[in-house]
Amino acid sequence: MRREKRRISIFTRRALMLAAGQAGLFGLLGIRLYRMQVTDGPRYATLAADNRVSARLVAPPRGEIHDRGGILLAGNKPHWRALLMVDRATNTKATLAAFELLVPLAPAERLRIRRAVAAHRPFVPVLLRDYLSWDQMAALAVNAPALPGIVVDVGTTRLYPFGTAMAHLIGYVGPPTGPQVAHDPMLALPGMRVGKTGVELAQNAPLTGAPGMVRLEVNALGRVIRDLARNPGTPGETVRLHLDATLQQQTVAELAKKKSASAVVLDLETGAVRAMGSTPSFDPTLFDTGLSAAKWKAWITDRRAPLLDKAMAGIYAPGSTFKPVTALAGLTSGGINPGTHFFCPGYLDLGGHRYWCWLHSGHGWLDLPGAICQSCDVYFYHTALATGIDRIAAMAHRLGIGVAPAIDLPGAASGFVPTLEWRHAQGKAWTLGETVIHGVGQGFDLATPIELAIMAARVATGRAISPRVAAAVGNRVLPAPPFPDLGLPKAYLALVRQGMREAVNNPLGTAYASRLPDPKIEMAGKTGSAQVFDMSQAATASNYNTLNLPWHLRPTALFIAFAPVGAPRYAAAVVVEHGNEGASAAAPIAKAVIEAALAQPPAVLPAAPGPARAAGVPA
Amino acid sequence: MIAPRRTEERAEGRLLRTAAFDLTRKLSRINWFFVLLVVVLGGVGALSLYSATGSIDPYATRQLVRFAAGFALMLAIALVDIRLIARLAWPFYAIALVLLALVLKFGSVGLGAERWLSIGGIAVQPSEFMKVALVLALAHWFHRASWERVGNPFFLLPPLIAILAPVALILKEPNLGTALIVAALGGTIFFAAGVRLWKFALVLVLGGLAAPIAYAHLHGYQKQRILTFLNPARDPLGAGYNIIQAKIALGSGGLWGQGLMHASQGRLDFLPEKETDFIFTLFAEQFGFVGSLALIVLLGLIVFMAGAIALSSRHQFGRVVAFGLGMNFFLYVFVNLAMVMGLIPVGGVPLPLVSYGGSALLTTMAAFGILLSVHLHRDADFTPKREAGSL
Repeated sequence: MRREKRRISIFTRRALMLAAGQAGLFGLLGIRLYRMQVTDGPRYATLAADNRVSARLVAPPRGEIHDRGGILLAGNKPHWRALLMVDRATNTKATLAAFELLVPLAPAERLRIRRAVAAHRPFVPVLLRDYLSWDQMAALAVNAPALPGIVVDVGTTRLYPFGTAMAHLIGYVGPPTGPQVAHDPMLALPGMRVGKTGVELAQNAPLTGAPGMVRLEVNALGRVIRDLARNPGTPGETVRLHLDATLQQQTVAELAKKKSASAVVLDLETGAVRAMGSTPSFDPTLFDTGLSAAKWKAWITDRRAPLLDKAMAGIYAPGSTFKPVTALAGLTSGGINPGTHFFCPGYLDLGGHRYWCWLHSGHGWLDLPGAICQSCDVYFYHTALATGIDRIAAMAHRLGIGVAPAIDLPGAASGFVPTLEWRHAQGKAWTLGETVIHGVGQGFDLATPIELAIMAARVATGRAISPRVAAAVGNRVLPAPPFPDLGLPKAYLALVRQGMREAVNNPLGTAYASRLPDPKIEMAGKTGSAQVFDMSQAATASNYNTLNLPWHLRPTALFIAFAPVGAPRYAAAVVVEHGNEGASAAAPIAKAVIEAALAQPPAVLPAAPGPARAAGVPA
Repeated sequence: MIAPRRTEERAEGRLLRTAAFDLTRKLSRINWFFVLLVVVLGGVGALSLYSATGSIDPYATRQLVRFAAGFALMLAIALVDIRLIARLAWPFYAIALVLLALVLKFGSVGLGAERWLSIGGIAVQPSEFMKVALVLALAHWFHRASWERVGNPFFLLPPLIAILAPVALILKEPNLGTALIVAALGGTIFFAAGVRLWKFALVLVLGGLAAPIAYAHLHGYQKQRILTFLNPARDPLGAGYNIIQAKIALGSGGLWGQGLMHASQGRLDFLPEKETDFIFTLFAEQFGFVGSLALIVLLGLIVFMAGAIALSSRHQFGRVVAFGLGMNFFLYVFVNLAMVMGLIPVGGVPLPLVSYGGSALLTTMAAFGILLSVHLHRDADFTPKREAGSL
């Protein structure tokens, strides 16, 4: 019994000790609760004025886009906007009515706001109006007590310092679409923009960043009393391009002399796109700040297609610029050999039809470089006949024509070179006459300017060069992919290059007028003029032929080039829509652009993108 | 001829009346203050669930039905003789251990890492049962232990294993929080039973040394929780969201609260899991510091009552059982509240009687039934058979 008593006293003592511990821990909870709800109230909520803490997500600033030297190509600039904090508004309808007295809303805007209020998500304020004028902002600020739940804050607009000059390549941003928001609710934040085209679309993920959160102390009227904590989020990363802003401006300035033209300049070392432009162009900021219906209509009805990036998506008959393809196809397949001469009487008669050379008086006897130099059609009629369309198509694909280019940009179209199989699949027979015209880049042959630039680059280097736009994302330098050798015999390539060199530097050459002024630095090139009146064979047909204007019936003027001849650094392609003659319309542009490119110091890339440099005085 | 029959009838009737009288007498001796506490807390739970959605469906209705079932279960268990419960202690423990092993093999993982076992369509958490079974088993063991025997390390070995086996199984689920709660529960029972203090000191020192090694073996999400707890702003939309939102809801309650149905944080769906683990924040936002403190006092009263029952019991089994069940309830409440107040890492522990959930509610009510049985049979003649015997 004494034992039992001892056991009871021990248990009682121990239990009371633990009970004291429990009481202490409950007391701790009480103190914590007191501190959170009463003492520390101001940090979470201010009691008397029925204030509340508002946690608000903030859109991260979108990453900048720089050119290779760090010049700002796309950035952000602040503007005023009005937001509605739904859970802060005592009476949403009354608040909106009061708001409308100060800032009139269009019916469509009203509908959008009503929907957004109905589908309200936590933390996500509803955007009432972007781009407030100074007067509107001031009126809202003054009347804030009568507008519970409405907050005026600073948003950002995408800024494109070079505007139209790079609109196609850089692209533009706009509000996210419904499915995009459903996929990533963060995009519902006011001010969130997603890339719609160009680099903005291709690099959208790194440019976007991660949202931050602001915890605000707000009184019952929705007026911010102070920030409690601010996590600005992770800004989007800076994307540095291979593009050279100066060269791009010079290129676009040259193109703008024509009604409708495009050009691509590639660096042969890395495949870097140094310049790529298409004119006419558009103002990319309008997609962000608001585009009038009239402007939009004007853009989409303009037959020169200002919204289309013709450098990547314009599809043209390549004309004589295709001849290097036919030449290499003939040489590698044995259809012709390096010593082959053909006689050009000015035409070729085949199957009761006469196929004219552009020089109706004829070129006489020519070897391959001579035929390229003078752009003799008959020589390539013979070569095509000796080679066959399938081998020509295979060589075209090898050189990058007729296959969508592997480029880190959206929207690249693919050209086309027919094959027997394709024609037979259509239930049609292939005639030798068709082989003849496809050897000179007519008929079904189609190519985009960037494909032509790739072809020129591959002929110049013998390697499978592919174009690249982005050089670095944040601190990560994107490595240059290896460009494998195409496996074309050096002697054949040398022969074609010699022809292209003579085309520019031999007085008999079609582009002699566009030779570089410094005789020590030679440019090689090939002119092209492609007929477009058979509109059924041109992809651009649907855009233009209904208008049936004389300008529009003129042939496409094309030119491909690389330079310097001995150690090529750049390749370029220029296409002038309805420019008539490659030699007179396209070649001078290529000359100017290549000259500008060669005048630049060799690329010395900064290791990582620093803060943007301001652009120099625009040329 | 007639008289004897009458006598028989009378005797039978008396017998029946006596049984009925016994039952009423027993019922009248139930600790009705405790029952009242439980009913009030159940009502608070239903009210909170009602305010979570602004309608009685679906949570409040279902919770009330479960509470009614649990209430009947509690009263039924309360009438069971404590000696019978004691006899069933170890079998019950064995069943709970088997269920824990089964859940590892067949259980499905719910939110986070709570392991559930579906028995006849009802989701049960064996760890819940294990806590009650462990209390019963340890109480049974220490019931026959004198102060001297408790001092014998070999005598402590079997109960230590009885604690560590379920802890190991729960750790493997993996559910660190519950494992720690079970370990703490066992530890406090050891303490109350009179295990020498230096042994606790030894365990604490060894545990402190082992902590860094244990941290290295934690799962990624467990480390994540600890890191997020240390700095909730690290990831405001991800892991830190719960803590930040819970704190905002609590803080906005203020001294008197926003009033019933005026919990903007809760109603606007800022609060995650507001009907289960985070129900206290919903309550606190509506009823403020005063209401929250009252709720804490009510919960504390349950623990206090359990302690009072323990001290009133004249047998060691009743003492340890009542104390252990009170401690179990306390650990639940404390871990849940400390979690939503941001004092300890988030670990998926509901607030007993208030949070929405069937399995936990029924287990809690069953434990209360045992507690009431201890109270009812506090004076039962229940001396250990071999009190002085050796191992």
